[in-house]
Amino acid sequence: MASVTIEPSRGTAPGTQATPSPEALKRTALEEAISPTSPSVTFPASEPLELDCGKSIGPFTVAYETAGTLNATKTNAILLCHALTMDQYFFRTNPVTGKPGWWIDMIGPGKPIDTNRFFVICANILGGCMGSTGPVSINPATQLHYGLDFPVITIRDMVRAQVRLIDHLGIDRLFAVLGGSMGGMQVLEWAAHFGDRVHCAVPIATAAWHSAQNIAFHEVGRQAVMADPEWAQGRYQAEGRVPRRGLAVARMAAHITYLSEAALHAKFGRNLQDRDSRTFSFSADFQVESYLRHQGSTFVDRFDANSYLYITRAMDYFDLAGEFDGVLANAFRGTKTRFCVVSFTSDWLYPTHESRKIVQALNAVAANVSFVEVESDKGHDAFLLEEPVFFRTISGFINSAASRHGIAPARSAA
Amino acid sequence: MLARHEDRALAPARVDHLLIANLIKPGARVLDVGCGDGALLQLLSDRKDVDARGVEIERERVNACVARGLSVIQGDADQDLDAYPDDAFDYAILSLTIQATRNPRKVLSNLLRIGRHAIVSFPNFGHWRVRTKLLMTGRMPVTEHLPDTWYDTPNAHLCTIKDFADLCRLVDARVERAVAFNAWGQQLGTWVRLPLTIHNLLGEKAVFLLSRRPGKK
Repeated sequence: MASVTIEPSRGTAPGTQATPSPEALKRTALEEAISPTSPSVTFPASEPLELDCGKSIGPFTVAYETAGTLNATKTNAILLCHALTMDQYFFRTNPVTGKPGWWIDMIGPGKPIDTNRFFVICANILGGCMGSTGPVSINPATQLHYGLDFPVITIRDMVRAQVRLIDHLGIDRLFAVLGGSMGGMQVLEWAAHFGDRVHCAVPIATAAWHSAQNIAFHEVGRQAVMADPEWAQGRYQAEGRVPRRGLAVARMAAHITYLSEAALHAKFGRNLQDRDSRTFSFSADFQVESYLRHQGSTFVDRFDANSYLYITRAMDYFDLAGEFDGVLANAFRGTKTRFCVVSFTSDWLYPTHESRKIVQALNAVAANVSFVEVESDKGHDAFLLEEPVFFRTISGFINSAASRHGIAPARSAA
Repeated sequence: MLARHEDRALAPARVDHLLIANLIKPGARVLDVGCGDGALLQLLSDRKDVDARGVEIERERVNACVARGLSVIQGDADQDLDAYPDDAFDYAILSLTIQATRNPRKVLSNLLRIGRHAIVSFPNFGHWRVRTKLLMTGRMPVTEHLPDTWYDTPNAHLCTIKDFADLCRLVDARVERAVAFNAWGQQLGTWVRLPLTIHNLLGEKAVFLLSRRPGKK
């Protein structure tokens, strides 16, 4: 590992300096993708990452953030696996959007996952666009953005990159691997292939495969991107273009799948946007239209279109049973990992019956598993929102397992 | 799945829970089907250092169990036991739940398959008070231990101690021990061996420790 280089880059560790205003920190998505504000590690070309597609990639960079302190015995590390359009900024203010970390309700001092007790790591996924190597990165062979020359990656490849990071951090065994949605898929891959390095696994609002319906939604999104002339066969950066409209439409379609009919109805109903009556035009008469357009346009400012194509593809290819002769239980045979599976009642993207399949596979190998279905009308997005029952579940599971594992209780904030 | 009277006696530990705890060897692997709020699991974890798991149908109770650190899944005795492999546990427990399952015979067979032992407790419908109520009023008995009216009760398959003994024979279960408790929670026949008919008349609840007859699955 001597050849590994660390780029502490611009910022110092979180919490060690007075936080500048979010606006002052704001960087463009492209700046952040090429040179992340967060810590990162670059593995040299001599240590490439072997990928499922048969190709390898090297050098490659993993950008990550941490919160809390690793204990002397290195037993209190939790790896957080992020969802499709999230990133490593779970805790610190996002340097591109200026928004607070995406899981500060769940993780922090005195929070369900207490950073006075645990050391939490979150890496931008391979293929992402917030500093880890992805299609927006510079291809050393051509000195241009990879674009479509980037190899097609899988969820397992993302996990392989995370394993390299964990090795680099000198951690043999993670206390827990935790993640929702696509993050949950990574959790399952960790448990299946690196179970001896995972004490607890918490797959949330996820599935052991991508269903036909989910592949279908992703295909709509990808077609929207690729139908945008500004996409330019994936070479938009070289040509100084941005496929804004295509990516925005992809985001709008996807965003609907993250909500529920009840949530949309409660939030918008048939309310009109800034007008008293219908305009008999195709402008955004309805609040829900205006909301979706806003979601689409803000997404484009922070996310790379090719990255979106690659990551959605990786999710479509995900089929854990397929990696184990078609029998999901085989993925977990002999596992010593403790599992806590969580689903939400109104999540129709990763419905409860998908979680139940995971639980049944774990039962088939008599694994230690807890399974909670949380009642919520917020749809798939519920896992990112403050749901008290969900928080109590995670807190109870993680903290009781930690006590049994001999991790000292949280230091009181002095 | 659980009859509602499970709610009413939590702390201190229930007599049937204490009896079950006494039947279980320390360090065993235990599955409690219909574990309610996890009181028995907690008792077994605390006193017997067992690897304790639970299954419970009601979402709120599952959430409460997991939030207190117990390994419990939201599931159904009728549907979710099929997934477990043979001999996965030393003991599979069904505490005051069998009468609320849709298919008690299948559930009991599954318990005997996935556990090397099965422990089943149930309210005895043959208790003299139940019989008297039915005889005297001509209506479905509502008692302290069977508090629900017939249209509200989750209990679909109430049985007597004799009925349950018959089912044990039917599924080739060997009765290693059977204990009945009277209305005051006292164990019947502690000093004198009583005939089954007397247990069936005076027992308000019964606990059976079963095992599979050799060669049967």
